[in-house]
Amino acid sequence: MIRLDRLTKAFGSVTAVDGVTMDVPSGAVCVLLGPSGCGKTTTMKMINRLITPTSGKIFIDGRDTSTLDAVTLRRSIGYVIQQIGLFPNKTIEDNICVVPDLLGWDRKKSRKRAAELLELVNLDPSVFLRRYPKELSGGQQQRVGVVRALAADPPVLLMDEPFGAIDPINREVIQDEFMKLQAELKKTVVFVSHDIDEAVKMASHIAIFRDGKLIQFDKPDHILANPIDNFVADFVGGDRTLKRLRLVKVADAMQVAPVSVVAGDSLETAVARMEANNHTTIVMVGPRGRARGFLHLNDIRGKGGVVGDHVETLPGLINVNDDLRNAVSAMFSHGVTWLACVDDEGFYKGYVTQRGISQLLGASYRE
Amino acid sequence: MGTFQFIGENLPLIWTRTLEHIWLVGISIVIAICTGVPIGILITRSRALADRVLYVAAAVMTIPSIALFGLLIPVLSKIGQGIGFLPAVIALVIYAQLPIIRNTYTAIMNVDPSLREAAVGMGMTFLQRLRHVELPIALPVIINGVRNAVVLNIAVAAIATYIGAGGLGTFISRGISQTDPRQLLTGAIAVSVLAIVADFSLLALRRYLTSPGLRTNP
Ligand SMILES: Nc1ncnc2c1ncn2[C@@H]1O[C@H](COP(=O)(O)OP(=O)(O)OP(=O)(O)O)[C@@H](O)[C@H]1O
Ligand SMILES: [Mg+2]
Repeated sequence: MIRLDRLTKAFGSVTAVDGVTMDVPSGAVCVLLGPSGCGKTTTMKMINRLITPTSGKIFIDGRDTSTLDAVTLRRSIGYVIQQIGLFPNKTIEDNICVVPDLLGWDRKKSRKRAAELLELVNLDPSVFLRRYPKELSGGQQQRVGVVRALAADPPVLLMDEPFGAIDPINREVIQDEFMKLQAELKKTVVFVSHDIDEAVKMASHIAIFRDGKLIQFDKPDHILANPIDNFVADFVGGDRTLKRLRLVKVADAMQVAPVSVVAGDSLETAVARMEANNHTTIVMVGPRGRARGFLHLNDIRGKGGVVGDHVETLPGLINVNDDLRNAVSAMFSHGVTWLACVDDEGFYKGYVTQRGISQLLGASYRE
Repeated sequence: MGTFQFIGENLPLIWTRTLEHIWLVGISIVIAICTGVPIGILITRSRALADRVLYVAAAVMTIPSIALFGLLIPVLSKIGQGIGFLPAVIALVIYAQLPIIRNTYTAIMNVDPSLREAAVGMGMTFLQRLRHVELPIALPVIINGVRNAVVLNIAVAAIATYIGAGGLGTFISRGISQTDPRQLLTGAIAVSVLAIVADFSLLALRRYLTSPGLRTNP
Protein backbone atom coordinates (compact mmCIF):
# COMPACT_ATOMS: atom_id res chain seq x y z
CA MET A 1 0.00 0.00 0.00
CA ILE A 2 2.85 2.41 0.76
CA ARG A 3 5.68 2.07 -1.73
CA LEU A 4 8.95 3.93 -1.42
CA ASP A 5 10.82 3.95 -4.69
CA ARG A 6 14.53 4.81 -4.60
CA LEU A 7 13.77 7.53 -2.09
CA THR A 8 16.69 9.89 -1.44
CA LYS A 9 17.07 13.03 0.64
CA ALA A 10 20.21 15.09 0.87
CA PHE A 11 20.64 17.99 3.28
CA GLY A 12 23.57 19.77 1.69
CA SER A 13 26.41 17.29 1.79
CA VAL A 14 24.66 14.93 4.23
CA THR A 15 22.67 12.19 2.54
CA ALA A 16 20.08 11.53 5.23
CA VAL A 17 18.15 8.94 3.20
CA ASP A 18 19.88 7.08 0.43
CA GLY A 19 18.00 5.19 -2.25
CA VAL A 20 15.43 3.51 -0.02
CA THR A 21 13.02 1.16 -1.75
CA MET A 22 10.39 -0.78 0.16
CA ASP A 23 6.77 -1.89 0.11
CA VAL A 24 4.66 -1.64 3.22
CA PRO A 25 1.56 -3.81 2.72
CA SER A 26 -1.88 -2.60 3.78
CA GLY A 27 -2.58 -3.29 7.43
CA ALA A 28 1.10 -3.79 8.23
CA VAL A 29 2.92 -2.21 11.13
CA CYS A 30 6.29 -1.34 9.65
CA VAL A 31 8.86 -0.27 12.22
CA LEU A 32 11.76 1.84 10.97
CA LEU A 33 14.62 0.90 13.22
CA GLY A 34 18.20 2.01 13.51
CA PRO A 35 20.70 4.10 15.47
CA SER A 36 20.32 7.85 15.92
CA GLY A 37 20.76 9.88 12.76
CA CYS A 38 20.23 6.99 10.36
CA GLY A 39 17.38 8.70 8.56
CA LYS A 40 14.25 7.19 10.11
CA THR A 41 12.47 10.46 10.82
CA THR A 42 13.47 11.91 7.46
CA THR A 43 12.07 8.86 5.68
CA MET A 44 8.82 9.11 7.59
CA LYS A 45 8.37 12.83 7.04
CA MET A 46 8.75 12.38 3.32
CA ILE A 47 5.64 10.21 3.39
CA ASN A 48 3.41 13.09 4.55
CA ARG A 49 5.55 15.56 2.64
CA LEU A 50 6.81 17.50 5.63
CA ILE A 51 10.12 16.94 3.84
CA THR A 52 10.46 16.99 0.06
CA PRO A 53 12.56 14.16 -1.37
CA THR A 54 15.66 15.05 -3.36
CA SER A 55 14.79 12.19 -5.68
CA GLY A 56 12.63 9.11 -5.75
CA LYS A 57 8.92 8.66 -5.34
CA ILE A 58 6.35 7.59 -2.79
CA PHE A 59 3.14 5.85 -3.78
CA ILE A 60 0.15 5.36 -1.50
CA ASP A 61 -2.37 2.93 -2.95
CA GLY A 62 -0.62 3.30 -6.27
CA ARG A 63 -0.89 7.10 -6.37
CA ASP A 64 2.24 9.18 -6.59
CA THR A 65 1.98 11.42 -3.52
CA SER A 66 3.92 14.26 -5.15
CA THR A 67 0.99 14.75 -7.53
CA LEU A 68 -1.49 15.21 -4.66
CA ASP A 69 -2.23 18.39 -2.76
CA ALA A 70 0.02 18.33 0.33
CA VAL A 71 -2.68 19.55 2.71
CA THR A 72 -5.23 17.00 1.49
CA LEU A 73 -2.62 14.27 1.66
CA ARG A 74 -1.73 15.12 5.27
CA ARG A 75 -5.34 15.10 6.37
CA SER A 76 -5.58 11.53 5.12
CA ILE A 77 -2.53 10.43 7.11
CA GLY A 78 -2.60 10.21 10.89
CA TYR A 79 0.50 11.72 12.48
CA VAL A 80 1.85 11.12 15.99
CA ILE A 81 5.08 12.76 17.16
CA GLN A 82 7.30 12.01 20.12
CA GLN A 83 6.66 15.41 21.73
CA ILE A 84 2.93 14.60 21.46
CA GLY A 85 2.11 18.14 20.37
CA LEU A 86 -1.37 18.49 21.86
CA PHE A 87 -2.55 22.07 21.46
CA PRO A 88 -2.56 23.55 24.99
CA ASN A 89 -5.27 26.08 24.13
CA LYS A 90 -7.77 23.42 23.10
CA THR A 91 -9.69 20.93 25.21
CA ILE A 92 -8.99 17.23 24.74
CA GLU A 93 -12.20 16.97 22.75
CA ASP A 94 -11.20 19.77 20.39
CA ASN A 95 -7.69 18.39 20.10
CA ILE A 96 -9.02 15.02 19.01
CA CYS A 97 -11.37 16.66 16.52
CA VAL A 98 -8.76 18.85 14.82
CA VAL A 99 -8.67 16.93 11.56
CA PRO A 100 -12.42 16.16 11.46
CA ASP A 101 -13.01 19.90 11.95
CA LEU A 102 -10.57 20.76 9.18
CA LEU A 103 -12.42 18.31 6.97
CA GLY A 104 -15.72 19.96 7.88
CA TRP A 105 -17.28 16.92 9.52
CA ASP A 106 -20.54 17.27 11.34
CA ARG A 107 -19.75 18.45 14.87
CA LYS A 108 -22.01 15.98 16.61
CA LYS A 109 -20.53 13.09 14.70
CA SER A 110 -16.93 14.05 15.40
CA ARG A 111 -17.57 14.73 19.11
CA LYS A 112 -19.24 11.36 19.44
CA ARG A 113 -16.30 9.69 17.77
CA ALA A 114 -13.87 11.50 20.10
CA ALA A 115 -15.68 9.97 23.07
CA GLU A 116 -15.62 6.49 21.53
CA LEU A 117 -11.92 6.73 20.75
CA LEU A 118 -11.08 7.86 24.27
CA GLU A 119 -12.85 4.82 25.63
CA LEU A 120 -10.77 2.59 23.38
CA VAL A 121 -7.64 3.77 25.18
CA ASN A 122 -9.21 3.46 28.62
CA LEU A 123 -9.77 7.15 29.29
CA ASP A 124 -13.21 7.99 30.65
CA PRO A 125 -14.76 10.51 28.20
CA SER A 126 -16.92 12.10 30.89
CA VAL A 127 -13.75 12.96 32.79
CA PHE A 128 -11.33 13.83 30.02
CA LEU A 129 -13.19 15.39 27.09
CA ARG A 130 -13.45 18.81 28.73
CA ARG A 131 -10.00 18.87 30.21
CA TYR A 132 -6.99 20.69 28.84
CA PRO A 133 -3.75 18.90 27.97
CA LYS A 134 -1.89 20.31 30.98
CA GLU A 135 -4.38 18.53 33.23
CA LEU A 136 -3.28 15.11 31.92
CA SER A 137 -0.30 12.96 32.78
CA GLY A 138 2.32 12.25 30.15
CA GLY A 139 0.94 8.80 29.46
CA GLN A 140 -2.60 10.10 29.17
CA GLN A 141 -1.45 12.83 26.79
CA GLN A 142 0.31 10.29 24.62
CA ARG A 143 -2.87 8.22 24.41
CA VAL A 144 -4.75 11.31 23.32
CA GLY A 145 -2.00 11.96 20.76
CA VAL A 146 -2.62 8.53 19.24
CA VAL A 147 -6.38 8.93 19.35
CA ARG A 148 -6.14 12.34 17.69
CA ALA A 149 -4.25 10.81 14.79
CA LEU A 150 -7.03 8.26 14.38
CA ALA A 151 -9.94 10.68 14.64
CA ALA A 152 -10.62 11.15 10.93
CA ASP A 153 -10.13 7.44 10.36
CA PRO A 154 -7.12 7.79 8.04
CA PRO A 155 -5.96 4.60 6.33
CA VAL A 156 -2.32 5.42 7.06
CA LEU A 157 -0.71 6.27 10.37
CA LEU A 158 2.78 7.71 10.87
CA MET A 159 4.25 7.56 14.35
CA ASP A 160 7.66 8.97 15.26
CA GLU A 161 8.83 7.38 18.51
CA PRO A 162 5.36 7.88 19.92
CA PHE A 163 6.10 6.14 23.20
CA GLY A 164 9.69 7.30 23.56
CA ALA A 165 9.03 9.83 26.30
CA ILE A 166 7.02 7.51 28.53
CA ASP A 167 8.34 5.53 31.47
CA PRO A 168 8.94 1.82 30.73
CA ILE A 169 5.95 0.48 32.65
CA ASN A 170 3.46 2.86 31.08
CA ARG A 171 5.07 2.29 27.73
CA GLU A 172 4.29 -1.43 27.84
CA VAL A 173 0.69 -0.65 28.72
CA ILE A 174 0.27 1.85 25.90
CA GLN A 175 1.97 -0.48 23.44
CA ASP A 176 -0.50 -3.20 24.38
CA GLU A 177 -3.41 -0.80 24.03
CA PHE A 178 -2.14 0.28 20.66
CA MET A 179 -1.81 -3.30 19.47
CA LYS A 180 -5.39 -3.98 20.50
CA LEU A 181 -6.53 -0.87 18.69
CA GLN A 182 -4.55 -1.84 15.60
CA ALA A 183 -5.96 -5.37 15.62
CA GLU A 184 -9.37 -3.75 15.32
CA LEU A 185 -8.62 -0.86 12.98
CA LYS A 186 -6.01 -2.47 10.69
CA LYS A 187 -4.31 0.76 9.65
CA THR A 188 -1.15 0.79 7.61
CA VAL A 189 1.34 2.02 10.17
CA VAL A 190 4.85 3.37 9.73
CA PHE A 191 6.43 3.56 13.14
CA VAL A 192 9.84 4.98 14.00
CA SER A 193 11.68 3.45 16.91
CA HIS A 194 15.18 2.80 18.07
CA ASP A 195 14.10 0.21 20.59
CA ILE A 196 14.47 -3.31 19.24
CA ASP A 197 12.17 -4.75 21.90
CA GLU A 198 9.44 -2.33 20.94
CA ALA A 199 9.95 -3.22 17.29
CA VAL A 200 9.78 -6.96 17.92
CA LYS A 201 6.65 -6.47 19.94
CA MET A 202 4.75 -4.23 17.55
CA ALA A 203 6.04 -4.84 14.06
CA SER A 204 4.72 -7.01 11.31
CA HIS A 205 7.71 -5.77 9.32
CA ILE A 206 10.98 -4.25 10.44
CA ALA A 207 13.12 -1.97 8.27
CA ILE A 208 16.65 -1.59 9.60
CA PHE A 209 18.49 1.57 8.56
CA ARG A 210 22.11 2.57 8.73
CA ASP A 211 23.52 5.86 7.43
CA GLY A 212 20.40 6.50 5.38
CA LYS A 213 20.43 3.12 3.70
CA LEU A 214 17.87 0.38 4.17
CA ILE A 215 19.94 -2.61 5.28
CA GLN A 216 17.28 -5.22 5.89
CA PHE A 217 13.51 -5.30 5.49
CA ASP A 218 11.74 -8.39 6.72
CA LYS A 219 9.39 -9.94 9.24
CA PRO A 220 10.68 -9.60 12.81
CA ASP A 221 11.29 -13.31 13.26
CA HIS A 222 13.35 -13.49 10.06
CA ILE A 223 15.44 -10.52 11.08
CA LEU A 224 16.10 -12.06 14.49
CA ALA A 225 16.80 -15.49 13.05
CA ASN A 226 18.78 -14.39 10.00
CA PRO A 227 20.34 -10.96 10.41
CA ILE A 228 21.80 -10.04 7.04
CA ASP A 229 25.14 -8.77 8.38
CA ASN A 230 27.06 -8.06 11.56
CA PHE A 231 25.60 -4.59 11.88
CA VAL A 232 22.08 -5.96 12.03
CA ALA A 233 23.13 -8.83 14.29
CA ASP A 234 24.77 -6.38 16.70
CA PHE A 235 21.83 -4.05 16.52
CA VAL A 236 19.21 -6.66 17.32
CA GLY A 237 21.42 -7.88 20.16
CA GLY A 238 23.23 -11.00 21.33
CA ASP A 239 20.03 -12.25 22.93
CA ARG A 240 18.13 -12.18 19.67
CA THR A 241 17.12 -15.82 20.01
CA LEU A 242 15.49 -15.04 23.33
CA LYS A 243 13.71 -12.10 21.71
CA ARG A 244 12.20 -14.48 19.19
CA LEU A 245 10.44 -16.25 22.03
CA ARG A 246 7.97 -13.45 22.34
CA LEU A 247 7.05 -13.75 18.68
CA VAL A 248 5.73 -17.29 19.01
CA LYS A 249 2.50 -18.15 20.77
CA VAL A 250 2.28 -21.15 23.02
CA ALA A 251 -0.54 -22.41 20.83
CA ASP A 252 1.83 -22.59 17.86
CA ALA A 253 4.58 -24.43 19.72
CA MET A 254 2.64 -26.95 21.79
CA GLN A 255 1.93 -30.58 21.11
CA VAL A 256 -1.78 -30.70 20.50
CA ALA A 257 -4.40 -33.37 21.21
CA PRO A 258 -2.43 -34.81 24.12
CA VAL A 259 -3.36 -38.02 25.88
CA SER A 260 -4.77 -37.63 29.37
CA VAL A 261 -6.43 -39.60 32.13
CA VAL A 262 -9.36 -38.93 34.44
CA ALA A 263 -9.55 -39.48 38.21
CA GLY A 264 -11.40 -42.78 37.88
CA ASP A 265 -8.90 -44.42 35.50
CA SER A 266 -6.77 -47.18 36.96
CA LEU A 267 -3.04 -46.69 37.34
CA GLU A 268 -2.47 -49.47 34.82
CA THR A 269 -4.34 -47.44 32.22
CA ALA A 270 -2.20 -44.39 33.02
CA VAL A 271 1.04 -46.39 32.74
CA ALA A 272 -0.10 -47.97 29.50
CA ARG A 273 -0.92 -44.61 27.95
CA MET A 274 2.40 -43.12 28.95
CA GLU A 275 4.34 -46.04 27.59
CA ALA A 276 2.38 -46.10 24.39
CA ASN A 277 3.36 -42.47 23.79
CA ASN A 278 6.84 -42.70 25.19
CA HIS A 279 6.05 -40.18 27.93
CA THR A 280 7.12 -40.13 31.56
CA THR A 281 4.26 -37.93 32.74
CA ILE A 282 0.55 -37.67 32.02
CA VAL A 283 -1.99 -35.00 32.84
CA MET A 284 -5.20 -35.79 34.67
CA VAL A 285 -8.22 -33.83 33.51
CA GLY A 286 -11.58 -33.25 35.14
CA PRO A 287 -14.83 -34.64 33.78
CA ARG A 288 -15.14 -31.86 31.19
CA GLY A 289 -11.46 -31.71 30.28
CA ARG A 290 -9.96 -29.11 32.62
CA ALA A 291 -6.34 -29.77 33.60
CA ARG A 292 -6.34 -30.95 37.25
CA GLY A 293 -2.98 -32.54 38.01
CA PHE A 294 -0.41 -34.98 36.74
CA LEU A 295 1.25 -38.32 37.39
CA HIS A 296 4.88 -39.33 36.95
CA LEU A 297 5.62 -42.76 35.53
CA ASN A 298 8.28 -43.59 38.14
CA ASP A 299 5.94 -42.79 41.01
CA ILE A 300 3.16 -45.13 40.01
CA ARG A 301 4.80 -48.01 38.18
CA GLY A 302 3.80 -51.27 39.84
CA LYS A 303 1.33 -49.61 42.18
CA GLY A 304 -2.40 -50.32 42.27
CA GLY A 305 -5.46 -48.08 42.63
CA VAL A 306 -6.92 -45.23 40.65
CA VAL A 307 -5.39 -42.07 39.24
CA GLY A 308 -7.28 -39.84 41.64
CA ASP A 309 -5.40 -41.25 44.66
CA HIS A 310 -1.94 -40.53 43.31
CA VAL A 311 -2.31 -37.32 41.39
CA GLU A 312 0.04 -34.43 42.09
CA THR A 313 -0.68 -30.78 41.51
CA LEU A 314 0.60 -29.31 38.27
CA PRO A 315 3.66 -27.15 38.93
CA GLY A 316 2.69 -24.60 36.34
CA LEU A 317 0.11 -23.93 33.69
CA ILE A 318 0.48 -21.71 30.69
CA ASN A 319 -2.26 -20.09 28.64
CA VAL A 320 -2.24 -21.00 24.95
CA ASN A 321 -2.36 -17.29 24.09
CA ASP A 322 0.80 -16.46 26.01
CA ASP A 323 4.07 -16.19 24.12
CA LEU A 324 6.97 -18.57 24.51
CA ARG A 325 8.88 -16.08 26.62
CA ASN A 326 6.25 -16.48 29.34
CA ALA A 327 6.38 -20.24 28.88
CA VAL A 328 10.14 -20.46 29.23
CA SER A 329 10.06 -18.10 32.16
CA ALA A 330 7.43 -20.27 33.88
CA MET A 331 9.52 -23.38 33.25
CA PHE A 332 12.58 -21.79 34.82
CA SER A 333 10.73 -20.44 37.80
CA HIS A 334 9.06 -23.79 38.54
CA GLY A 335 12.17 -25.80 37.67
CA VAL A 336 10.35 -28.00 35.15
CA THR A 337 10.99 -28.96 31.55
CA TRP A 338 7.39 -29.03 30.39
CA LEU A 339 4.16 -27.17 30.95
CA ALA A 340 0.53 -28.07 30.46
CA CYS A 341 -1.22 -25.57 28.18
CA VAL A 342 -4.78 -24.50 28.87
CA ASP A 343 -7.21 -22.12 27.23
CA ASP A 344 -8.99 -19.25 28.97
CA GLU A 345 -11.49 -21.65 30.54
CA GLY A 346 -8.80 -23.95 31.85
CA PHE A 347 -9.35 -26.78 29.39
CA TYR A 348 -6.28 -28.87 28.72
CA LYS A 349 -5.13 -28.21 25.15
CA GLY A 350 -1.58 -29.51 24.91
CA TYR A 351 1.88 -29.23 26.38
CA VAL A 352 5.13 -27.47 25.59
CA THR A 353 8.56 -28.86 26.37
CA GLN A 354 11.97 -27.19 26.50
CA ARG A 355 13.13 -29.60 23.82
CA GLY A 356 10.24 -28.69 21.58
CA ILE A 357 10.96 -24.98 21.93
CA SER A 358 14.67 -25.45 21.19
CA GLN A 359 13.85 -27.44 18.11
CA LEU A 360 11.34 -24.88 16.89
CA LEU A 361 13.81 -21.99 17.24
CA GLY A 362 16.64 -24.09 15.81
CA ALA A 363 14.63 -25.09 12.77
CA SER A 364 14.58 -21.59 11.29
CA TYR A 365 18.36 -21.25 11.67
CA ARG A 366 18.83 -24.41 9.66
CA GLU A 367 16.28 -23.48 7.02
CA MET B 1 -7.11 72.19 48.17
CA GLY B 2 -7.28 74.54 45.19
CA THR B 3 -6.71 71.66 42.79
CA PHE B 4 -9.66 69.67 44.10
CA GLN B 5 -11.83 72.72 43.89
CA PHE B 6 -10.75 73.21 40.29
CA ILE B 7 -11.55 69.60 39.51
CA GLY B 8 -14.92 69.86 41.18
CA GLU B 9 -15.83 72.99 39.24
CA ASN B 10 -14.63 71.70 35.89
CA LEU B 11 -15.91 68.12 35.85
CA PRO B 12 -17.77 68.45 32.52
CA LEU B 13 -14.69 69.93 30.83
CA ILE B 14 -12.42 67.22 32.30
CA TRP B 15 -14.83 64.62 31.05
CA THR B 16 -14.82 66.09 27.53
CA ARG B 17 -11.04 66.22 27.48
CA THR B 18 -10.84 62.64 28.76
CA LEU B 19 -13.12 61.46 25.97
CA GLU B 20 -10.96 63.30 23.44
CA HIS B 21 -7.92 61.61 24.91
CA ILE B 22 -9.51 58.17 24.82
CA TRP B 23 -10.69 58.68 21.28
CA LEU B 24 -7.21 59.76 20.14
CA VAL B 25 -5.45 56.85 21.83
CA GLY B 26 -8.18 54.36 21.01
CA ILE B 27 -8.23 55.01 17.30
CA SER B 28 -4.45 54.96 17.03
CA ILE B 29 -4.19 51.70 18.99
CA VAL B 30 -6.79 50.02 16.79
CA ILE B 31 -4.86 51.11 13.70
CA ALA B 32 -1.57 50.06 15.32
CA ILE B 33 -2.95 46.59 16.08
CA CYS B 34 -4.18 46.25 12.51
CA THR B 35 -0.71 47.00 11.19
CA GLY B 36 1.56 45.76 13.99
CA VAL B 37 0.14 42.27 14.46
CA PRO B 38 0.30 41.32 10.74
CA ILE B 39 3.82 42.76 10.52
CA GLY B 40 4.81 40.79 13.61
CA ILE B 41 3.40 37.62 12.04
CA LEU B 42 4.97 38.31 8.66
CA ILE B 43 8.48 38.75 10.02
CA THR B 44 8.37 35.35 11.73
CA ARG B 45 8.97 33.94 8.26
CA SER B 46 12.39 35.54 7.83
CA ARG B 47 14.98 36.13 10.50
CA ALA B 48 16.81 38.80 8.47
CA LEU B 49 13.60 40.70 7.84
CA ALA B 50 12.65 40.47 11.51
CA ASP B 51 15.98 41.93 12.62
CA ARG B 52 15.61 44.86 10.27
CA VAL B 53 11.99 45.65 11.05
CA LEU B 54 12.55 45.48 14.81
CA TYR B 55 15.63 47.66 14.47
CA VAL B 56 13.76 50.34 12.57
CA ALA B 57 10.80 50.21 14.96
CA ALA B 58 13.14 50.59 17.92
CA ALA B 59 14.97 53.48 16.25
CA VAL B 60 11.69 55.31 15.64
CA MET B 61 10.84 54.97 19.33
CA THR B 62 13.91 57.03 20.23
CA ILE B 63 12.64 60.09 18.35
CA PRO B 64 11.26 62.50 20.96
CA SER B 65 7.54 62.91 20.52
CA ILE B 66 7.71 66.68 20.13
CA ALA B 67 10.24 66.21 17.33
CA LEU B 68 8.07 63.62 15.64
CA PHE B 69 5.07 65.95 15.69
CA GLY B 70 7.34 68.65 14.27
CA LEU B 71 8.54 66.36 11.51
CA LEU B 72 4.99 65.52 10.49
CA ILE B 73 3.88 69.15 10.15
CA PRO B 74 5.58 69.95 6.81
CA VAL B 75 4.63 66.55 5.36
CA LEU B 76 0.97 66.77 6.28
CA SER B 77 0.53 70.47 5.54
CA LYS B 78 0.67 69.44 1.89
CA ILE B 79 -2.83 68.02 2.40
CA GLY B 80 -3.82 70.80 4.74
CA GLN B 81 -3.57 68.64 7.88
CA GLY B 82 -0.30 69.87 9.36
CA ILE B 83 -1.74 70.17 12.85
CA GLY B 84 -4.65 68.64 14.73
CA PHE B 85 -6.07 65.19 14.98
CA LEU B 86 -4.47 63.46 11.97
CA PRO B 87 -0.79 64.10 12.74
CA ALA B 88 -1.44 63.15 16.37
CA VAL B 89 -2.95 59.83 15.35
CA ILE B 90 -0.14 59.12 12.90
CA ALA B 91 2.50 59.78 15.53
CA LEU B 92 0.73 57.60 18.07
CA VAL B 93 0.37 54.75 15.56
CA ILE B 94 4.11 54.94 14.88
CA TYR B 95 4.96 54.86 18.59
CA ALA B 96 2.67 51.91 19.23
CA GLN B 97 4.28 49.77 16.54
CA LEU B 98 7.34 48.57 18.39
CA PRO B 99 5.69 46.99 21.45
CA ILE B 100 3.01 45.38 19.32
CA ILE B 101 5.29 44.09 16.56
CA ARG B 102 7.92 42.92 19.01
CA ASN B 103 5.50 41.07 21.27
CA THR B 104 3.66 39.46 18.36
CA TYR B 105 6.94 38.32 16.83
CA THR B 106 8.40 36.98 20.07
CA ALA B 107 5.19 35.26 21.13
CA ILE B 108 4.82 33.43 17.84
CA MET B 109 8.48 32.51 17.68
CA ASN B 110 8.14 31.09 21.19
CA VAL B 111 5.33 28.72 20.25
CA ASP B 112 6.71 25.23 20.76
CA PRO B 113 8.02 24.06 17.34
CA SER B 114 6.53 20.62 17.92
CA LEU B 115 3.06 22.21 17.98
CA ARG B 116 3.79 23.78 14.64
CA GLU B 117 4.99 20.45 13.30
CA ALA B 118 1.89 18.68 14.60
CA ALA B 119 -0.32 21.35 13.05
CA VAL B 120 1.34 21.18 9.65
CA GLY B 121 1.53 17.40 9.78
CA MET B 122 -2.20 17.16 10.41
CA GLY B 123 -2.90 19.24 7.34
CA MET B 124 -3.44 22.80 8.56
CA THR B 125 -2.75 25.60 6.11
CA PHE B 126 -0.70 28.63 7.18
CA LEU B 127 -3.80 30.62 8.10
CA GLN B 128 -5.43 27.70 9.94
CA ARG B 129 -2.26 27.23 11.92
CA LEU B 130 -2.32 30.90 12.89
CA ARG B 131 -5.96 30.84 13.82
CA HIS B 132 -6.10 27.56 15.73
CA VAL B 133 -2.66 27.33 17.26
CA GLU B 134 -0.23 30.20 17.05
CA LEU B 135 -2.43 33.23 17.70
CA PRO B 136 -4.41 31.71 20.60
CA ILE B 137 -1.16 30.71 22.26
CA ALA B 138 0.54 34.03 21.49
CA LEU B 139 -2.49 36.10 22.52
CA PRO B 140 -1.57 36.86 26.15
CA VAL B 141 1.84 38.17 25.13
CA ILE B 142 0.39 40.18 22.24
CA ILE B 143 -2.10 41.78 24.62
CA ASN B 144 0.77 42.66 26.93
CA GLY B 145 2.36 44.45 23.96
CA VAL B 146 -0.88 46.33 23.44
CA ARG B 147 -0.92 47.28 27.12
CA ASN B 148 2.56 48.72 26.80
CA ALA B 149 1.52 50.62 23.70
CA VAL B 150 -1.63 51.98 25.34
CA VAL B 151 0.16 53.29 28.42
CA LEU B 152 2.86 54.78 26.26
CA ASN B 153 0.32 56.43 23.96
CA ILE B 154 -1.71 57.88 26.81
CA ALA B 155 1.44 59.68 27.88
CA VAL B 156 2.47 60.76 24.39
CA ALA B 157 -1.07 61.93 23.57
CA ALA B 158 -0.81 64.40 26.41
CA ILE B 159 1.83 66.20 24.36
CA ALA B 160 -0.29 66.18 21.22
CA THR B 161 -2.11 69.17 22.61
CA TYR B 162 0.78 71.28 21.29
CA ILE B 163 -0.29 70.48 17.75
CA GLY B 164 -3.89 71.21 18.59
CA ALA B 165 -5.16 67.68 19.05
CA GLY B 166 -6.92 68.44 22.34
CA GLY B 167 -7.14 65.84 25.08
CA LEU B 168 -6.04 65.98 28.71
CA GLY B 169 -2.74 67.55 27.65
CA THR B 170 -4.53 70.90 27.34
CA PHE B 171 -4.73 71.16 31.15
CA ILE B 172 -1.02 70.56 31.36
CA SER B 173 -0.03 73.01 28.62
CA ARG B 174 -2.33 75.71 30.02
CA GLY B 175 -1.05 74.99 33.50
CA ILE B 176 2.46 75.62 32.26
CA SER B 177 1.75 78.71 30.19
CA GLN B 178 -0.51 80.31 32.84
CA THR B 179 1.68 79.11 35.72
CA ASP B 180 -1.42 77.52 37.20
CA PRO B 181 -0.47 74.43 39.25
CA ARG B 182 -4.15 73.51 39.65
CA GLN B 183 -4.60 72.88 35.94
CA LEU B 184 -1.20 71.26 35.68
CA LEU B 185 -1.98 68.82 38.48
CA THR B 186 -5.47 68.13 37.16
CA GLY B 187 -4.02 67.14 33.80
CA ALA B 188 -1.28 65.02 35.34
CA ILE B 189 -3.62 63.19 37.69
CA ALA B 190 -6.19 62.57 34.96
CA VAL B 191 -3.56 61.17 32.59
CA SER B 192 -2.21 58.84 35.30
CA VAL B 193 -5.63 57.62 36.30
CA LEU B 194 -6.55 57.01 32.68
CA ALA B 195 -3.35 55.03 32.12
CA ILE B 196 -3.94 52.88 35.21
CA VAL B 197 -7.57 52.22 34.34
CA ALA B 198 -6.70 51.33 30.75
CA ASP B 199 -3.92 49.00 31.86
CA PHE B 200 -6.12 47.11 34.29
CA SER B 201 -8.96 46.86 31.80
CA LEU B 202 -6.63 45.29 29.29
CA LEU B 203 -5.29 42.93 31.94
CA ALA B 204 -8.86 41.83 32.59
CA LEU B 205 -9.41 41.45 28.86
CA ARG B 206 -6.30 39.27 28.62
CA ARG B 207 -7.57 37.01 31.38
CA TYR B 208 -10.90 36.74 29.65
CA LEU B 209 -9.50 35.95 26.21
CA THR B 210 -6.80 33.51 27.28
CA SER B 211 -7.77 29.85 26.98
CA PRO B 212 -8.09 28.17 30.40
CA GLY B 213 -5.64 25.60 29.08
CA LEU B 214 -2.93 28.27 28.94
CA ARG B 215 -3.49 29.89 32.32
CA THR B 216 -0.68 29.20 34.70
CA ASN B 217 -2.82 29.08 37.82
CA PRO B 218 -6.39 28.16 37.01
N1 LIG C 1 16.71 19.80 8.45
C1 LIG C 1 17.91 19.18 8.39
N2 LIG C 1 19.00 19.84 7.94
C2 LIG C 1 20.20 19.24 7.86
N3 LIG C 1 20.43 17.97 8.23
C3 LIG C 1 19.40 17.25 8.68
C4 LIG C 1 18.09 17.81 8.80
N4 LIG C 1 17.26 16.87 9.29
C5 LIG C 1 18.00 15.77 9.48
N5 LIG C 1 19.28 15.99 9.12
C6 LIG C 1 20.37 15.00 9.17
O1 LIG C 1 19.95 13.86 8.48
C7 LIG C 1 20.35 12.68 9.16
C8 LIG C 1 19.15 11.82 9.47
O2 LIG C 1 18.31 12.49 10.39
P1 LIG C 1 16.98 11.86 10.98
O3 LIG C 1 16.34 12.90 11.82
O4 LIG C 1 16.19 11.28 9.87
O5 LIG C 1 17.55 10.71 11.88
P2 LIG C 1 16.77 9.67 12.81
O6 LIG C 1 17.08 8.33 12.29
O7 LIG C 1 15.36 10.04 12.94
O8 LIG C 1 17.53 9.85 14.19
P3 LIG C 1 16.97 9.87 15.70
O9 LIG C 1 16.83 8.46 16.12
O10 LIG C 1 18.05 10.57 16.45
O11 LIG C 1 15.68 10.62 15.70
C9 LIG C 1 21.11 13.14 10.39
O12 LIG C 1 22.49 13.08 10.08
C10 LIG C 1 20.65 14.55 10.57
O13 LIG C 1 21.68 15.31 11.17
MG1 LIG D 1 14.11 10.80 14.57
